[in-house]
Amino acid sequence: MKITLKVWRQESPEEKGRFDTFKLDHIDSHMSFLEMFDVLNQQLIEEGKRPVEFDHDCREGICGMCSMYINGRPHGAQSGTTTCQLHMRHFKDGDTIVVEPWRARPFPVIKDLVVDRSPFDRIIAAGGYVSVNTGSPQDANSILVKKSDSDAAFDAASCIGCGACVAACKNASAMLFVSAKIEHLSRLPQGKTERVRRAVNMVRQMDMEGFGNCTNTGACEVECPKGIKIKNIHKMNAEFFRAVWVSSEEVEA
Amino acid sequence: MSWLKGFFNSSIGRKFIMALTGLFLILFLTEHMIANLLLILPDNGVIYNQYSHFMVTFPLIRVVEILLFASIIFHIIYALVLTYRNRQARPVKYAVRKPGENSSWVSRNMGFLGLILFIFLAIHLAGFFAKARITHDLGMVTINGVEMHDVYSLVKAKFEIWWFDLIYIIGFIALGAHLWHGFYSSFRTLGLRHPKYLPLFKGIGIFISVIIPLGFAVVPIYFLINSLS
Repeated sequence: MKITLKVWRQESPEEKGRFDTFKLDHIDSHMSFLEMFDVLNQQLIEEGKRPVEFDHDCREGICGMCSMYINGRPHGAQSGTTTCQLHMRHFKDGDTIVVEPWRARPFPVIKDLVVDRSPFDRIIAAGGYVSVNTGSPQDANSILVKKSDSDAAFDAASCIGCGACVAACKNASAMLFVSAKIEHLSRLPQGKTERVRRAVNMVRQMDMEGFGNCTNTGACEVECPKGIKIKNIHKMNAEFFRAVWVSSEEVEA
Repeated sequence: MSWLKGFFNSSIGRKFIMALTGLFLILFLTEHMIANLLLILPDNGVIYNQYSHFMVTFPLIRVVEILLFASIIFHIIYALVLTYRNRQARPVKYAVRKPGENSSWVSRNMGFLGLILFIFLAIHLAGFFAKARITHDLGMVTINGVEMHDVYSLVKAKFEIWWFDLIYIIGFIALGAHLWHGFYSSFRTLGLRHPKYLPLFKGIGIFISVIIPLGFAVVPIYFLINSLS
């Protein structure tokens, strides 16, 4: 396959970026999108040029590191896949592919296609956990969990935190990510004890990071590689109202 | 009361205001649309003028009117604040965008539709509300011994102008599109996620976004056709 790549290049967060155009003549249709970038980078190294920086780790579609905005879609047009699981056979010979980094104020570009997604880490640190005291584990059957609750929690837990929802949203809102974490933990008995603090603190941290607001366009759930549903956002809204208006528990600012 | 301040300054709290004010405005629109249908009764406006007189003299309606204007103002202010913050959240735009592949045009253009509705509202209030309530620049009529504003004749005169009707039709189309996304979206913002009721509200949203603009459009079209024949 012959491919023309237009890739965003940026030396540092402060400097202005630009698009560089590369022509690749020997691309195997069975390559993944990232393998295609490996070929490009090998070529650049041999020419003595700086290779294109991009995030990747497991290349199995489960770590959430890869993050390319391909031809106007996060992780490309293929639904339910991350960039590493997108294969070149989904493109046509002679295609021009435009690759950009995630665009959001809270996700500044570090270099080329690599963005800083640490706001997600800080949101998790604000409440996306369950406090467990050490000691011997109790019998698993002593805590009853409804199958429907366990399924819903598991569906939400499959969020890999890649940030495609933010990249896809016209408002750069992180609500799909935050709501998946809240739903994942607050559905289960182990997470219910901290649900009030979790909802208030995670939403507050999300707002402090400067993400936009959800307008229910539904773009996030279409682009999510893990199929996280927008209903999690509606559940988060209800969870937040409950924490603020109903609960007597006070969460310090 | 820091919790209350925190709520109204939060992203979800601001959306909550948008949803609540929006739903109240839909309630008003429903009443307004049904009442407008009194205009097409073949009684030369007797019932409509009596209705209008009741609306400006009944004290409870005065209170609701304040609530209505407050809702409009808050809906606009919060829309501006949210839109500003949403724009701020993406300072560098994408070079290639394909938004049509993951969301509907209406859901992405609520602000634009809102702007059209704002312009329409200004024209509408200047044409009717200001004349009837502020400048009192309209004729009088006596029905059953009570002297009252002849709102009916004002409406009739205005809607016999074809370009005035056109402005209204454009306004109603924008309204339908705004409600198409707005009604359903507001319930989701308010936290409704029940798998049995959510599809029901989606259906109601589609129904009202068609029936309210259609009901409104009947009146100008009726007066225009009558003036032609």
